[in-house]
Amino acid sequence: MNSAIIILCAITIFAFWVAVAANYGKTRQLEGWAVGNRNFGTILVFILMGGELYTTFTFLGGSSLAYNEGGACYYILCYSPIAFVFGYWLTPAIWKYAKEHNLVSQADFFIHKYDSKVLGLIVSVIGFLSLIPYLILQIKGLGIIVSETSYGLISSNSAIWVCSLVMVVYVMISGMHGSVRVAVIKDILILSTVFFLGIYLPVHYYGGIETMINTLELDRPGFIIVNNTDFNPVWFVSTVLLSAIGLYMWPHGFAALYTARSSQVLKKNAAVMPLYQFLLMFVFIIGFVAVLKLPGLDKAQSDLVLLKLVKQTFNPWIVGVIGAAGVLTALVPGSIILLSLATLLVRNILSPFISLSSKKELLLVRLCVPVIMLAALIAYNYGGQTIVGLLIIGYGLVSQLFPALVCSFLKYNPVNKYGTIAGMLSGTMFMLVFILTPLKINSMMPTSLTGVSGGILALTVNIIVMFIVSIIFKNRSSLS
Amino acid sequence: MKLIRLLAVIPCLALLFAPLIANRVEPRVFGLPFLLFWIMLWIVLSSCIMLIIHKFERKSLHE
Repeated sequence: MNSAIIILCAITIFAFWVAVAANYGKTRQLEGWAVGNRNFGTILVFILMGGELYTTFTFLGGSSLAYNEGGACYYILCYSPIAFVFGYWLTPAIWKYAKEHNLVSQADFFIHKYDSKVLGLIVSVIGFLSLIPYLILQIKGLGIIVSETSYGLISSNSAIWVCSLVMVVYVMISGMHGSVRVAVIKDILILSTVFFLGIYLPVHYYGGIETMINTLELDRPGFIIVNNTDFNPVWFVSTVLLSAIGLYMWPHGFAALYTARSSQVLKKNAAVMPLYQFLLMFVFIIGFVAVLKLPGLDKAQSDLVLLKLVKQTFNPWIVGVIGAAGVLTALVPGSIILLSLATLLVRNILSPFISLSSKKELLLVRLCVPVIMLAALIAYNYGGQTIVGLLIIGYGLVSQLFPALVCSFLKYNPVNKYGTIAGMLSGTMFMLVFILTPLKINSMMPTSLTGVSGGILALTVNIIVMFIVSIIFKNRSSLS
Repeated sequence: MKLIRLLAVIPCLALLFAPLIANRVEPRVFGLPFLLFWIMLWIVLSSCIMLIIHKFERKSLHE
């Protein structure tokens, strides 16, 4: 045993204890367990939303993309401010509607708006599918952190199994209240870690950020802006657009909106959230430092770049603290994702087919948690995606809900349930084909569109089908 | 009144099309490549613009 892994374990156990203590004496109703009794204030919602938006992806994926593709990583900076502008008007509307109708899940929203249980089922399945790569990404991050921090003592695979077990137990015991308190600890840890590394590392290796960029520019001209590689400007613009559209569509993000005390809280949050982005700039700087100081990592290894650099620079005990920050950034969002997956499966996918008392329903949700985790672990063994690749797949799937959501808020909704069902199904099928077939759809595209995100293509298919089917079935719905 | 909401479109476009508008290393600002500076600038401005819109909306709500 080394001091790094001991410190890491100690901080994780402490977070675990906080989560369990928070749950003591709280209500056992499903609404209380999943949406925190709908009374969180501005600061808590801000932290909770930050906790979901800034995950392992930020920490490991951001530095890895900066290391691999240079300026293309700025896409991560661009999409959320755009989404927050949408969110400024969208989130209070969603919150208000959810409150009026006492909604708990995202699918409830679509069921009420379009008066269609089938649509609700499809929304749930899409949400479920898109959360799986998001969960795998967190598990992958956990495995990397623990095995790297142990200095090879624990293999990446056994680390993944141990961490999955910890996450399952954590979720089954704590529910939503637990994650809020731990989110606070986690955000303080991650904020200070990233600021520290982002300033210290370039000063330590180059004497400052400016010199580092000068050196990098001399060595690899144009690396720190968007290049004409696979990650060209077309890729950039389409991926920013896709991610901005998808940001509020995540089932767990929806659930977090319901927890707000008032719609004013959400408006203020949407206006202030972009400032969280400053954190990301430092993550990229860490990735840039590694380009020349830790050269030669291939794509499969590039998700390790931040931790390898930290290990090369610091004492084991600092490695332990930074590792712990990383573990919490995976554990908090991971547990929220896992909780959403379980509630989705029971309340929205299974419950139309079996009827349960609310007590039994809650029990079944808890029982589903380990089953889902096992399924995700099996899926993990099939994929060779990087952390960034996994997230973009998830976004491609989840953004398929966006057209129907926006249309439902229009004064005269131009589409009906038939159109939205057909649109969502075709968009999702397109996306699944895009992921699963080795055939690159890109090779069939005109050259001016090379690099365009698969999710945007799927979204185009979705919208076209939605409008055509809505027009065809327009008369039918008024006749029946 | 409603016109002020159109302000929100500007940061969206500036960020979405950043690599088409500002894909340059020079001029460097605060040591950062121009593209990165451009993006950080618009992130701050988008927050300011949304706060201004929020103020106006609340004011018109009270009147």
